[in-house]
Amino acid sequence: MTHVRHLTPFLRKTPFHEAIERLMHGQGWVRWMGYQTAAVFDSEQSEYFAIRHGASVYDVSPLIKYSIRGRDAARFMDFLVTRDMAKVKPMQVAYTAWCEDDGRMIEEGTVFRLAENDFILNAALHQLHWLTEAAYGFDVAIEEVSERFCGLALQGPTSPDILAAMGIRGIESLPHFGIMETRLDGRWLRIDRAGFTGDLGYEIWVEPPDALWLWDTLFRVGEPYKIAPIGSRALDMARIEAGFILVDVDYIGALHAVRPSQRQSPIEAGIGWVVGFKKPGYFAGKRALLRERREGSSRHILTGIEIEGRKPAPGAFLYADREARTELGLTTSALWSPTLKKNIAFARLPPDYAEPGRQMWIEIWYPKEKKIERSMVRCWARSRMFFDPPRKRQ
Amino acid sequence: MSAAYDVAVIGAGHNGLVAAAYLAKAGLKVIVLEAADRPGGAAVTREFAPGFRVSGVAHLLHAFHPRVARDLGLKLGAIAAPVGTAAFGPEGARIDISPDAGATAASIARVSPADARAYGPVMARLTRLATALGGYLRRTPPSPLPSSNDLAANLALGRFALGLRLLGRRDFLELTRILTMNVADLAQDYFESDLVKGLLAFDAALGLFLGPRSPNTVFSLLYRLAGFGRHGMGGLHLPIGGMGALAQSLAAAAKRAGAAIRTGSPVERILVEKDAAAGVILAGGEEIRAPIVASSADPQRTLLRLLEPGLLDVQFAKRIRHLRMNGCAAKVHLALDGLPRAWALGAGRIICAPAIDHVERAFDAAKYGRVSDHPAVEAVVPSLADPSLAPPGGHVVSIVAQYAPYRLRDTTNGTARGQILERAVAMLSQSAPDLGARIRASEVLTPQDLEAKYALTGGQWHHGEVTLDQMFFLRPAPRYQQYRMPVPGLWLCGAGAHPGGHVSGLPGANAAREILKEIKAGRRAR
Repeated sequence: MTHVRHLTPFLRKTPFHEAIERLMHGQGWVRWMGYQTAAVFDSEQSEYFAIRHGASVYDVSPLIKYSIRGRDAARFMDFLVTRDMAKVKPMQVAYTAWCEDDGRMIEEGTVFRLAENDFILNAALHQLHWLTEAAYGFDVAIEEVSERFCGLALQGPTSPDILAAMGIRGIESLPHFGIMETRLDGRWLRIDRAGFTGDLGYEIWVEPPDALWLWDTLFRVGEPYKIAPIGSRALDMARIEAGFILVDVDYIGALHAVRPSQRQSPIEAGIGWVVGFKKPGYFAGKRALLRERREGSSRHILTGIEIEGRKPAPGAFLYADREARTELGLTTSALWSPTLKKNIAFARLPPDYAEPGRQMWIEIWYPKEKKIERSMVRCWARSRMFFDPPRKRQ
Repeated sequence: MSAAYDVAVIGAGHNGLVAAAYLAKAGLKVIVLEAADRPGGAAVTREFAPGFRVSGVAHLLHAFHPRVARDLGLKLGAIAAPVGTAAFGPEGARIDISPDAGATAASIARVSPADARAYGPVMARLTRLATALGGYLRRTPPSPLPSSNDLAANLALGRFALGLRLLGRRDFLELTRILTMNVADLAQDYFESDLVKGLLAFDAALGLFLGPRSPNTVFSLLYRLAGFGRHGMGGLHLPIGGMGALAQSLAAAAKRAGAAIRTGSPVERILVEKDAAAGVILAGGEEIRAPIVASSADPQRTLLRLLEPGLLDVQFAKRIRHLRMNGCAAKVHLALDGLPRAWALGAGRIICAPAIDHVERAFDAAKYGRVSDHPAVEAVVPSLADPSLAPPGGHVVSIVAQYAPYRLRDTTNGTARGQILERAVAMLSQSAPDLGARIRASEVLTPQDLEAKYALTGGQWHHGEVTLDQMFFLRPAPRYQQYRMPVPGLWLCGAGAHPGGHVSGLPGANAAREILKEIKAGRRAR
């Protein structure tokens, strides 16, 4: 992380930076999309518990946002992404993938439908080139609006109480994946009930001049509700428990994969449910995805696994047998889940091994007192949504 | 809603008609929909001045495949007359190329005895190489993906490779040496006189947005020569009655086979239901339903204009958008009250491209969006083969003036028209000083006019430039070379598909064969 220190003169600062810097005791910075952002404040464990037991605040301003609007915007979005956008009503969020010609995933992210023909696409990587090419023939205006809004993810069981205490009316009736726009102290806010923690939570967007006001208000009002700032490390723990995949960690974006064989379809990346095979019109990659489904040609499926013991197993090989004669695949993200008290990971498995309950063996190499030890233990396929509390939806 | 058909063919150009004839012969219910008021597309004869008729776009026949003619009962001998070439240089220099090898050599000997000796063997060799490559003209290109070819495709590929090997070591090595190079270097290798080299350079660059020093021009020369051997008509021919006569025979063949042809019916949209082609919608809104739509329009028109946006994958649509379709040749039609004296010796085809540099400089202007100051010109006198094309005593001249770019810089299309006429006539007048005085009427069709009048996107008459990167299994795009477009039921049967341009009938014939193959496979599967 030291290298970030040397880079700070060149990294941009989000509108919340001043507030975050005051709380940053160590040098827990990380670079994200050219911004200097927090990886950890004091302890990633205590930050993690803020997500699960109180309320956590994470600066999501570096997310890339595109405004897509115009006469054909609804038709274009339906073509661009795999989800059936006709089922997404105005002021709703939808999680979706978008694919290239071969049905391989370029990225996944959320789409805000603000009105019939007014959308915001949130992406982790730059997509303007792809969006512009895909929009050929459609009457749409695509514009990157990443710096027009900045946002904080307020996630955790007490988060609605904080928003209610702030005086945001109607927050209790905002459904999961709903969006609302409101005003507070004369300032514009857009609040959506989604996030990357798999917990009850919100994202709050304001215009950049109102950033510090939002931060200060949240922390002033949130004090009794165990509010805490978090960095990306704690968030990463929460997102693995929730089963959320990350581009270039759990799959490689199709347009920058060096080896074409490393491109993956949404089915292979374990989010086959976002592919609206039944939607009436064509969408980018549909013919290839239909073929994959028809021919059963998915090479693997990213699945959750639960592992014996406590040793985290990122990048570990899985085998069908203890003797390691038949190799099955590799894990991507992994951690010991403090809430579930389970050792969990995502693994690329052949489709017939991806059935929940299927037993396999995993080879974990771990350091111990200046020695590298090997352990071969059992693991079982599980739903990737390890942590899925009812409060998220209620 | 009108009656349903098995196949709706878009465009009654020669390829559309050939495809329709083959499909109807196989027993399918076929309708051909043509925007113009008569069939032919870019192969029409039209009156441009009272009593003067001329081939609208293509004016010479050489590539029409004898097998297609036989299958469809066309008597090519009755509708086309062989034609010689006279190439003119400065100060009265002239060579005459004709089927008579002795006379040809004698005429070249006047400018270069060495070239006179070389010409026959060199052209025979190039034609031999081209004929070996031409084995694939009538076949469906294989897929570049190794596992997706069936036995027949692999056999064809093997036979093609064997044919190349059987050329013998010397020819095979020569073919590999020259295939990607430029025609200027090739001409330097073989000939010494500017006139012969200029003629070769012109023939290679004809219809391409390339100059003789651009790579790939030898390939386009070979592509042209493939029609001069057994895969074509053995040489250049003037269609009797103009190119429209060929279209009429093809239309008659299609009708005989049972196809319906509707003229004055421009297709506005390809009807797509459940992601598959379901027919076409005409400009008036009339819907014609057919589970197979075969388009002989160019790939950009077919895929980017006739299809609603959002039916093609993004990278494929980009490939189609980026096809090189730069029209660079204008048509000029002249009505004369008599033949210039220099042309009276019956050659029929006149070339003014006196040197490689002449053609290259003409191209330089086009690169920067200007009409060539001194164009390279091909003129034919169709009324020599068929006097009925002009009133008694009169003649028509059909000219290809190169280069006249589609994208003009600081010039309007109207200005370009005037420049082309003036400069083409000036070029021709160098060998026929009395030409100007004999002109009674004229017409100029720039690439922009060709696009507007004949639905040739970019004014490119081959439906996409014929270069190595846009040929064979890359035409119109990798993985879509077998006439089948991504939208199920939509097929490409025009020159935008393999084997490309020229009036050959082959894209139509090959597409029809693939369509029938798929129908048969579908029946078997059921």
